[in-house]
Amino acid sequence: MSIIEIIVFLPLLAALAVGLGSPARFTALGASGLVLLLSLVTAIQFSTSVEGTYQFVSSRTLLEIAGFPKLSLAFGLDGMSLVLLLLSAIVLIAAVMVAPKENAIKGSARLYYISLLLIAGGAIGAFCSTDLFFLYAFHELALIPTFLMIGIFGHGENRVRTAWTITIFLGVGSLILLVGLILAVSSLGATTFDIASIITLAKTPETAMSPDMQGWVFLLLFIGFGILVSLFPFHSWAAPAYAEAPTPVAMLHAGVLKKFGLYGLIRLALPLAPVGAEKWLNLVLILLIGNILYIGLVTIAQKRLDRMLGYSSVMHMGYVFLGIAAGNHIGLSGAVLLMFAHGISIALLFALSGWMRDQFGTLDFDKLGGIAKPLPKLGLIFGFGVFASLGLPGFANFAAEIEIFFGAFAGEGETMTWIRWATVGALWGVVISAVYMLRAYRNIFLGPLPKKLATPADLDWSMRVPLILLVATLVAVGFVPELLNQYIRPAINGILLVTPG
Amino acid sequence: MPVYYLEIIVVALGLVMLMVDAFVKLEDKRSIAWIGMLGLVVVFALLFKVKWPESTEGAFWQFYSSGDRLALFFKGIAVLTTLIVLVMAVDYAPTVVAQTANPEPGAHRQAGLGEFFALPMFACAGLMWMASANNLVSIFVSLETVTIAFYIMVAYLRRNVGSLEAGVKYLILGALSTGFLVYGFAWLFGITGSMQLSEIATALAKPGVNPTMALFAFGLIFVALAFKVGAAPFHLWIPDVYQGAPTPITAFLSVGSKAAGFIIMLRLVTPFLASPALVGKVTIVLTVVAILTLLVGNLAALPQKNFKRLLAYSSIAHAGFLVMALASSPPAGGSISMTPATVIAFYLGAYLLMTLLAFLVMTTLRTKIAGEELDSFRGLAKRSPFLAFAMLVAMASLAGIPLTAGFLGKVFVFKLAVEAQQWTLLVFGLIGASAGFYYYLKIAASMYLSEPGKDSDVSAIPVSPLAKITMILLMIVIILAGFNPGVILGLFA
Repeated sequence: MSIIEIIVFLPLLAALAVGLGSPARFTALGASGLVLLLSLVTAIQFSTSVEGTYQFVSSRTLLEIAGFPKLSLAFGLDGMSLVLLLLSAIVLIAAVMVAPKENAIKGSARLYYISLLLIAGGAIGAFCSTDLFFLYAFHELALIPTFLMIGIFGHGENRVRTAWTITIFLGVGSLILLVGLILAVSSLGATTFDIASIITLAKTPETAMSPDMQGWVFLLLFIGFGILVSLFPFHSWAAPAYAEAPTPVAMLHAGVLKKFGLYGLIRLALPLAPVGAEKWLNLVLILLIGNILYIGLVTIAQKRLDRMLGYSSVMHMGYVFLGIAAGNHIGLSGAVLLMFAHGISIALLFALSGWMRDQFGTLDFDKLGGIAKPLPKLGLIFGFGVFASLGLPGFANFAAEIEIFFGAFAGEGETMTWIRWATVGALWGVVISAVYMLRAYRNIFLGPLPKKLATPADLDWSMRVPLILLVATLVAVGFVPELLNQYIRPAINGILLVTPG
Repeated sequence: MPVYYLEIIVVALGLVMLMVDAFVKLEDKRSIAWIGMLGLVVVFALLFKVKWPESTEGAFWQFYSSGDRLALFFKGIAVLTTLIVLVMAVDYAPTVVAQTANPEPGAHRQAGLGEFFALPMFACAGLMWMASANNLVSIFVSLETVTIAFYIMVAYLRRNVGSLEAGVKYLILGALSTGFLVYGFAWLFGITGSMQLSEIATALAKPGVNPTMALFAFGLIFVALAFKVGAAPFHLWIPDVYQGAPTPITAFLSVGSKAAGFIIMLRLVTPFLASPALVGKVTIVLTVVAILTLLVGNLAALPQKNFKRLLAYSSIAHAGFLVMALASSPPAGGSISMTPATVIAFYLGAYLLMTLLAFLVMTTLRTKIAGEELDSFRGLAKRSPFLAFAMLVAMASLAGIPLTAGFLGKVFVFKLAVEAQQWTLLVFGLIGASAGFYYYLKIAASMYLSEPGKDSDVSAIPVSPLAKITMILLMIVIILAGFNPGVILGLFA
């Protein structure tokens, strides 16, 4: 067994073990700790001088029959998947630590932890798969656990309805995606599901798809992946789902799982259908401006912290789309880095908002206020989250956003192309984020303390550990983006190679 | 060992079961089912041992069989289905006894139970023969063997009005479709001058064939087959019959009968698809039927509140995907894709696993819960986590969620449709699959997300060891086949 196989199967085996009766929280903590440890080991052993190939590869052929591409259970890492694996591992352990103890869970604690492990296992499996089939399949593994988690353990009266909405949206998105992938595989005449071989076919002029076909494939993949990433106008599932999901699920879903769609766009859509990507560039730009400006304004209008965070997470996806639309080295690197940074920062914010909901019983802005004085540690860590999220220098988000804006504005000449206009529009998003984030901070933490509000004790160590882990990651990457850029650079080079090999 | 021994063994087993029922004094007649189950396990093992003869020339072989792997695969499906149906029937026995008991004094407490276990064996023999039939006469005779056995089984609960109603509906519509089939066969014989499918294919491929007459024959035959597999617009009997029939028989109908219907459809439609003069029009008919079936099955399933009715519409929906595969036959020559036959075989294999698992859970539940409405599933996850999980796996697979067998089946069908460039069909397939997410997860939602009703029973539900082992095995295979389709397709190679 290779190290990647162990990483991928650990959460799944832990879920099985919990199902068969091993202590839920203990097993989950152990498995996620091991996953983080092993991910760090791979990161250290990872060679950054190799471009465009996977490392730590392992492959088991499962099916070889005439007429159907060869199917293998194959895993491997390039720089981009490594960064996302690290993201998943960090958020997973934070989410498990934040999750309530067994006796504090209403309902079956086993089901709670099994679902949590399956959601994370699905994301990790998807990021590590080098076989197209399993890349898709692992992502879907999270679908039913998410449905059950929100439906059973969610907050609010509408949780069942919300569970349905997210499941139907993601299910339909995945189906559209599936058709796009089948279309690509069939029209390339691929005889294997190995992603590298399929992309080689797509980049070789003799076997590449016709421009028309590329247009269709890109459109299907863009919409399919887009729905999974809450692309405007398919975003309506996201904010209510994150607001009503149990805290660890919101952290994992907004922080990790949603990145799968973006990962897919960079890993598959761009290399498979570059002509299609150019063809639909303007559509991409219009929708991403919708994400940044329209959703940005929607975010400002929110009156509850969890909803506001949900919408802000939808809005920030627009920047990643901008980096992908830029399609050049710096834009794509920024996109990957922002996927990481946003994942950590939104997980941090959801962890805090979940804790606050449990303690105060409300997240309405007009019922809270001035709690930084009695709860200084909460105020401090929340401040870190807020400033990271709005892209203050010194946090990973800043490094990423700056790369994206440079990438999107790059190019020869002084004419204002569409993408440059879009960049100018997107820059206003920074202002919008500052408005809603700072306003939220002021409403909750500053000003007079409402008389009716009972103030609980400040964050204890069981909460501080995961939160400090997340903050430290944000700051470390913010000051030394090279920590991750050293992995991202060769991966993006590999993806952008015009001729394979 | 020659292949036809298998059918002989199964018939003999059925007869032995009847004899035991009649002449051996048994306190508990459920032991009769064990004869059948053990026998079928042996037959299933023997399936891997049998050989086709070197030459299948000669009158007998022409009548009996086409010697291919597909036939063996479908014989395997028939045996496995019957085996699991018997497992269900054992659990279902109390209901049968209650509805068929002989009120006269001195009668056996379980009078009328023995045949309930023996009849599936005869249907099974018919299904097995159907899998290899390659002659219009043998197709017809095997089909009727199965259908007549089903007439009795559907109406078996003779004190239950629902079961009788289902029986009458099935009888009338079945007889009608048989009429269409015979008439179509007569036309086909008239055009081609042969009863042998291989010779019919040759005759239809000749340029001189009269397309009008051939299409008329095709139309009649296809109507009859659409009845058998439950393709729209000939699906109307399905919901009522499925709801009324005893649950194990519903499962048998929905898997065994459908699988056999599809192998016959495959064998009868292939000659038409191979004929250059007919392929265009036949494909249009198939496409339209596939679209209708996908729409009717999936959309009508959405508002269903009764479990068996919901699975009835689901079975129509799956028939839609199967006809979709048939309608996406690759253009002759120069294609690398899988054949529709392989796809249909895999899909039916997967369908068998998940549908039987769902019915098996239902049969077990039925001993403790009041009705078959979805509401009676409420809070099941708390009462019996095992049964709820088994049902969840079945539903996930039926909905086509990845890493289950059902997903791969849909992938194969979609890939076929993409390669045949059946874009319209693909769109309707997508609509159908999306609707599927909703109505299958609806069952999961009522098990996991709803609280049980106020005055409902919340005691644990006992699961018999036999049913439990079968469920675990089915779940394992469903998930394994989702990773590795070779688990099912390997039986082919």
